[in-house]
Amino acid sequence: MQPETTNRKLMWWGVNAIVLLYAFIPVLWIVSLSLKDDATLNDGNYFPTSPSDDSYTAIFNNSDFLRALANSIGICIIATLIAIAFGTMAAYAIARLDFPGKRTIVAMALLVSMFPQIALVTPLFKIETAVGLFDTWPGLIIPYIAFALPLAIYTLSAFFREIPWDLEKAAKMDGATPYQAFRRVITPLAMPGIFTTAILVFISCWNDFLFALSLTSTSNARTVPAAMSYFTGATTFEKPTGPIAAAAVVITIPIVIFVLVFQRRIVAGLTSGAVKG
Amino acid sequence: MAEIVLDHVVKRYPDGALAVDDFNLEIADGEFIILVGPSGCGKSTTLNMVAGLEDITAGKLLIDGQVVNDKAPKDRDIAMVFQSYALYPHMTVGDNMGFPLRLAGLDKDTIRTKVQHAAEMLELTQHLDRKPANLSGGQRQRVAMGRAIVRSPKAFLMDEPLSNLDAKLRVQMRTQISRIQKNLGTTTLYVTHDQTEAMTLGDRVVVMRAGVVQQVGSPAFLYAHPANLFVAGFIGSPAMNFFPGQLKPDSVVTALGEAKLPDRVRQQLNGATGTREVIVGIRPEHFEEASLVGDKPGATFDAPVDIVEAMGSDVYAYFTMQGDQAHSQELDDLAKDTGNELHSGGVDVTARLDAGADVRRGQTARLWYDTSKIQVFDASTGKNLITD
Repeated sequence: MQPETTNRKLMWWGVNAIVLLYAFIPVLWIVSLSLKDDATLNDGNYFPTSPSDDSYTAIFNNSDFLRALANSIGICIIATLIAIAFGTMAAYAIARLDFPGKRTIVAMALLVSMFPQIALVTPLFKIETAVGLFDTWPGLIIPYIAFALPLAIYTLSAFFREIPWDLEKAAKMDGATPYQAFRRVITPLAMPGIFTTAILVFISCWNDFLFALSLTSTSNARTVPAAMSYFTGATTFEKPTGPIAAAAVVITIPIVIFVLVFQRRIVAGLTSGAVKG
Repeated sequence: MAEIVLDHVVKRYPDGALAVDDFNLEIADGEFIILVGPSGCGKSTTLNMVAGLEDITAGKLLIDGQVVNDKAPKDRDIAMVFQSYALYPHMTVGDNMGFPLRLAGLDKDTIRTKVQHAAEMLELTQHLDRKPANLSGGQRQRVAMGRAIVRSPKAFLMDEPLSNLDAKLRVQMRTQISRIQKNLGTTTLYVTHDQTEAMTLGDRVVVMRAGVVQQVGSPAFLYAHPANLFVAGFIGSPAMNFFPGQLKPDSVVTALGEAKLPDRVRQQLNGATGTREVIVGIRPEHFEEASLVGDKPGATFDAPVDIVEAMGSDVYAYFTMQGDQAHSQELDDLAKDTGNELHSGGVDVTARLDAGADVRRGQTARLWYDTSKIQVFDASTGKNLITD
């Protein structure tokens, strides 16, 4: 058995190494680019020969970038919170209740996520300029929620279905109203699902470029992905590759933190011990 | 504490399936009632209707004289123990037990005292800060009991609370449940498919089959006077032996031969005169080895004993008599439920004999049975023809 397990381990190490390399080469490249200075930017070395923090200094002295970072964080957190709040309730209803129009709601949710976003940009632009939402936080938050909700409803209802029915019956028998049962028994148990969904929703908002570009015109509500495309070099003909790379690294950090913080919450088997053994 | 009345209660599902038909029962204050029957007989549905987890299609449900058909479970003030225990996994044992009290809005000190008290009764005191996931099956079961006890409800509903425990623990918990119920004097409705639990726990037992109540009575009464073949076959372990036969004016002919009926049985059969097809039921303990009986009235026959199990206190003898097996819808239902659908070419008989009986496997033994204890059922309706 021993050599076989060693072989197995080696094999898995090999596979893991390949996957990690595949995933991390571009990331490391961006990091490397962000650390190069203007002179060595195009020298073809994978690793920077003389690391400098010029690009980082540049973006953190750029008030547009800082403003965009604040916009990104604010807009994405608000959109995520609202989408999760509504998504949780809708998913619970879909998973647990029988009501007329349930199938329609599920179908509509799927339909919304099927629309190519590019097809909606023009109408959204028209609507938002007409009602005065253009280039404001709500102007981005509302479409983000609309696109995040189907995702939230689908993932969350899967989680709710996993929770034993008996727990809800028990809560009812213990004197809980339906809302109390939802709030004090079901939601705490669905937390891993809620956090998973929150991460997915947050990432999809955070990475959005299309809406951020088309529904904003100033740094008023422009998020980082859009702001990066407005970076300018020292001269008109110079590409701001270094700062863009630095900005890309910077905006990855909040997501990594977000995932690390919530990952501890995504513990499998939280419902173990609920029913029999 | 309360009395519960089910008055012509019917449950019909939207798809038309009839789960419970015309259920009538008056449960006295403090009574321990067992609902028993094979799976799918409607016993859990009945319990859920009392709990308020399922709607009542027709009929009335009264708790303490009040119609509660349309009341939500939380307004009925009854507690339930689930087969799966349904403990809240994110709460500690103490929080699980205190949950109904917190919902009721009691203050913290009262909750702590009540939880402490219930925990002592169930020997859970040292586990109060643990999560259900870290408990054994028996401990989880006790927490589920504790959650029901803690708020002193009008009634307990228990849905097969012991079926997930191993055999030894089940016996222990059975006596504990019985003790707790007697101490608290709370009206209890207990659902089980296990006839041993039904016999040992209940003040009265309700036997159900296919949504219809078959018989209601004390365990001893059901055992001695089953109303029909189904109850006769369901109550008692090992089960009653059934023989197809013909009833004649003063005797009965079965695979065991012709037996003269004692006067008392003949009188009890007063309604059933003339020759007719019947199914005769004999409990295993009403057999005995002929030489040990002396001259007590009864009938004897030769049994080709296949298997002998000496239990110390008794001897079980298994044998197959030539003849047709007893057939009825009710017995087939029972066989399906126990998974005992094997058919040998004759009537399988189990006899419980005295420990001193001289029976050996593979040998023919002269056995006696008590004709005054036999049950005679109508072959077509399954009704017990012996009436008091």
